Amino acid sequence: MKRLSPYLWLAIFASVPLWLQDPYLLNAFITTGILIIAAMSLNLLLGYTGQLSLGHVAFVGIGAYASALVSLGFDVELIGGIRIVHEPWPVWSGFLIGTLLAALCGYAVGKLSFKVRGAYFVIVTISFAEVTRLVALNWVELTQGPLALTSIPPMTLGLPGIGYLDFYSKQSNYYLVLAVLVVAYVIIQRLVRSRIGRAMIALKENESLAVSVGIDVTRYLVLAAIFAAGIAGAAGSLYAHYLKIIDPDVFAFLYTVTMVIMVISGGKGTLAGPIVGGLIFGFLPVVVRSFAAPEVQWILYGLLMIVIVFVLPKGIVPALEKWLSTTKMPPSAEPYKAKMHDTP
Amino acid sequence: MTEFLQHIINTMILGSTYALLGIGLTLIFGIMRVVNFAHGELYSFGAYILYMVAILLGANFFVALIAAVVAGCLLGALLEIVLLRPMRGADIDTTMLIMIGAMIVMQNGEQFVWGGVAKAVVTPFPELPLVIGPFSVSWLRLFVFAAALGLIALSYFLINRTKLGKAMRATFQDRDAAALMGVNIQLIYMATFAIGSSLAAAAGALLGPVYVISPQMGNLASLKAFAIVILGGLGSIGGATIGGFILALAEELGAGYVSSGYRDAMGFLIIIAVLLFKPTGLFARAERIG
Repeated sequence: MKRLSPYLWLAIFASVPLWLQDPYLLNAFITTGILIIAAMSLNLLLGYTGQLSLGHVAFVGIGAYASALVSLGFDVELIGGIRIVHEPWPVWSGFLIGTLLAALCGYAVGKLSFKVRGAYFVIVTISFAEVTRLVALNWVELTQGPLALTSIPPMTLGLPGIGYLDFYSKQSNYYLVLAVLVVAYVIIQRLVRSRIGRAMIALKENESLAVSVGIDVTRYLVLAAIFAAGIAGAAGSLYAHYLKIIDPDVFAFLYTVTMVIMVISGGKGTLAGPIVGGLIFGFLPVVVRSFAAPEVQWILYGLLMIVIVFVLPKGIVPALEKWLSTTKMPPSAEPYKAKMHDTP
Repeated sequence: MTEFLQHIINTMILGSTYALLGIGLTLIFGIMRVVNFAHGELYSFGAYILYMVAILLGANFFVALIAAVVAGCLLGALLEIVLLRPMRGADIDTTMLIMIGAMIVMQNGEQFVWGGVAKAVVTPFPELPLVIGPFSVSWLRLFVFAAALGLIALSYFLINRTKLGKAMRATFQDRDAAALMGVNIQLIYMATFAIGSSLAAAAGALLGPVYVISPQMGNLASLKAFAIVILGGLGSIGGATIGGFILALAEELGAGYVSSGYRDAMGFLIIIAVLLFKPTGLFARAERIG
């Protein structure tokens, strides 16, 4: 039963465009899906290595801008009179380059910022995100600054023998996002259940102990940062080609906060957590927007975040699992199961 | 050269308010180990209280200034009692998330109550600036500088010369030992958060009339305050003071000679550079406060 449930959920989500005709709700599903992909990648850092990165939106933004610029083309002059002219490339290559560039930035940032921990790590990551936002805002020649990059082409896939597949409609974009989400989920699942994932969890639980048994801390943290940044970059690319317009606001700190809320509320360090939290906080605005002004919506967001940290510090998924295991398990098995969830 | 000296004058004025922000945050961070993301919102809260009392209620500018500081102090105490006291044993990430939640609520609360349009405050100072040779400084800015320096001196006095300051320093060094010596830790935490908050509110109330008051003004203030604290070293009031001036200098020179668009990037580049090359901050002595 437990093995089957991911496929059941997948079937349910795959059927959504078949019965849901309302374009507004379908749009909410697509943007929520993109945010869930980003939240899943953040969970790799926050939930599995225990590092609170509050600059994660930088990788989403880098993926979005890189992907859009590769498919739009650009013409910039660098310092020293070097001029770079880029002709538009197919969109799928933009997606790949956006993902890889974000992963590369994840490597560089990880390599530098994992020298510090705790509050200092948080501040370094925020600083990085703010610097990227200011670059996107001020490097007008490349990014158009506050005027935004417009008429970004939709995703296209060249299929040998069949021709081109265009992702113009909401339905096709929904399936595209779902497909990327599934791939990201599988990659993260494989990663955290491998030796690498166990090393990451060991780091989170007790770093000095992990070091003393010979785990190379920086190597695994940087590895997690590369995957997290790459997946976030892919989410950014999807975002750019779905909305067809991006401005420096994609780097807004509130997006990082949204991702963090999704991970924390769903349950950090669980595979399903970001999806559950993401669905709640992806659709909450849709519900709240119908009766409240945007600032009221954000006030509710903030209050809910505080309440969740107070009441469900481990998140919804671990709480549900615990509740299910205590109600279904025979009493003899209970202490063992409870012990597994009580890891600090 | 004249241009450079004018930048220095601007630096002194901006730096004095940055120092206020930094001192408030370094006290909270140093003593309570709370990464106060709401610090910038207390800064904009101070500016809004000034606006409300001076413009909407029509009170005297200086009365409004004092009201802003007192309101910041009270709000800080309230935040500490409601949000931080129940989470005393929690790790630093948990309290950080709570303060981020508080930041979102406060910023959007300000927008809800006072609207998103930026507000200007008219001050009783003369419109014409003070001109000495080739330099000019507005009277308002001179007052801001003097008031900020006064508040910095006051916080030095509070930390180093009063019984409360002594208890705060003791708590910073060793919480448990201080508690055993009869220091009321809960009271010290509340006082620390309230004092830090009132300094942030004072900085906002002083800088608000110089620029304009908007709900977003706290966004960068929080991060700049962190830059100052990191620059000066955790818990060091002297470090935060000098850090405030260094950040202001970097911003002024960056805006003047590089590009005004990257003015705000200076603080972040400083943070990244300091943490990577000298993580203890430029002036940190070993764990002590004062």
